[in-house]
Amino acid sequence: MHPAPSVIIFTVFSGMGFGLLAFLGVGLPATSGWAAFFLWGLGYGLAVGGLLASTFHLGNPQRFLRAFTQWRSSWLSREAIASVGCLLALAPVALSDWLQLGWPRGLGLIGAALAVLTIFCTSMIYAQLKTIPRWNHWTTPALFMLFAGAGGAILAGQNGAGAVFSALLVAVLLTAFRIGDGAFAARAQTLGTATGLGIIGPVQGAVRVFEQPHTSPNYLMREMIYLVARKHVEKLRALALIGAGIGPALLLPLTPPTMMGFAVIALLHLIGAFAARWLFFAQAEHVVGLYYGQR
Amino acid sequence: MTSLPTHTEKRLGLAIDLDTCVGCQACVTACKGWNDQGYGAPLSDQDPYGAAPSGAFLNRVHSYEITAADQSAAVIVNFPRSCLHCEDAPCVPVCPTGASYKRVEDGIVLVNEDSCIGCGLCAWACPYGAREMDADMGVMKKCTLCVDRIYNDHLPEEDRVPACVRTCPTGARHFGDFADPESTVSKLSAARGGYDLMPDLGTRPTNKYLPPRRKDAPDLSAPLAPLLDIQATGFAGWLDKVLGKI
Repeated sequence: MHPAPSVIIFTVFSGMGFGLLAFLGVGLPATSGWAAFFLWGLGYGLAVGGLLASTFHLGNPQRFLRAFTQWRSSWLSREAIASVGCLLALAPVALSDWLQLGWPRGLGLIGAALAVLTIFCTSMIYAQLKTIPRWNHWTTPALFMLFAGAGGAILAGQNGAGAVFSALLVAVLLTAFRIGDGAFAARAQTLGTATGLGIIGPVQGAVRVFEQPHTSPNYLMREMIYLVARKHVEKLRALALIGAGIGPALLLPLTPPTMMGFAVIALLHLIGAFAARWLFFAQAEHVVGLYYGQR
Repeated sequence: MTSLPTHTEKRLGLAIDLDTCVGCQACVTACKGWNDQGYGAPLSDQDPYGAAPSGAFLNRVHSYEITAADQSAAVIVNFPRSCLHCEDAPCVPVCPTGASYKRVEDGIVLVNEDSCIGCGLCAWACPYGAREMDADMGVMKKCTLCVDRIYNDHLPEEDRVPACVRTCPTGARHFGDFADPESTVSKLSAARGGYDLMPDLGTRPTNKYLPPRRKDAPDLSAPLAPLLDIQATGFAGWLDKVLGKI
């Protein structure tokens, strides 16, 4: 799949933002005054900034309101509703924290639940697609949830939770890499099954592309077939594991609770998260590539 | 609404004969021509006369080679690929806006372009590459089964079929109702063993592909043998006999 920058930025930033909002919603850490303003602002900034980035890959973003209508069938629509619901539910809590109004925190718990739901809906947009075997697996929601958990905990200054989520992230990343590498082959879709000619053809034999249907790439090839730079997979995987998981898991228990310490670890995590998310798209292979003899 | 109907009254679709298709691309051109004008946003092209022409099409014709394990001659199969109007169309429920839908009356899968935000998720969900984004209008395009032809009373009756079917010079494309067992397409599919593409993905396509027939294999052991064994008769035979004795 084409690793569109807008979608990578959207999923990384909004995941981290909703993760932070979930922590703040349940009162971890309990903040007030300008510290609260800064933390809530960071959470809202990442979440809203990510959502705005996602509109850049839309053909007609001015019709975005229609995306709130199909929650009965569409994970994308559910994500839209859950995200806006979360941002609305948490607004009074953020205001109360900032201005020390002392309002009850019930809405904070609802908002935190909606933040988790938003991340889950985002992950299911990808995990539901049978056409992309690498994504069509439980590791996809697990990864999105753990990235949000680890990123959110680091930003919220929750050393313990951050270390645990980062360690779990390493385990699930490794699992996703291992299972994902064999996912396409495991579904046993080939040019022979895509055309049916391998099973039912006039002669039993190998099917291969004789001539492409068009001379220059079309939307399908640009969007679903991505062959560039997969050669750097091993280095990027190492960067993802160390940056997003191993580094924070080891450093968080040792880091004194200073702004600078968390900022460095957050940056490290972010670099790893971007590497992992780039690979998530660039390595995903869509079955339509079979018709073109490419993946 | 993007939930799929549990049942459609008709199941309109195509039976595509891979045995007769010669890969002339006439259906590609006819489809592009008809859908350039009329239903929905025109299918746009980008840089059509430049170095890297590109554009949205609803029908593409691939060409595949099957090399047999027994070393006999390879077979070329031309393979038109367009929307299969699946009964369990995976492109419909993923749509966040309700733009993508399947009609209850005839099973045609359509896009309401006024509602489409161009997120592209339906194209990701389709295993067959049936949907292409229009780069000019930012909306998803797909085969409409020429819904603006097949019910159009202003057209002569023989033209009330999809443009690809009407134009095919070899009669490789057939249009009809698969829900009716007595329809031409149902009978054709039954007689010729019409099959589904990637059936294990659970999409239950309406369109059926009719497999290429096994061609008569020539006797390759001694192709010139009949020509070498000439028995001359009459005067030539007498001459042959006499000359042979001298």
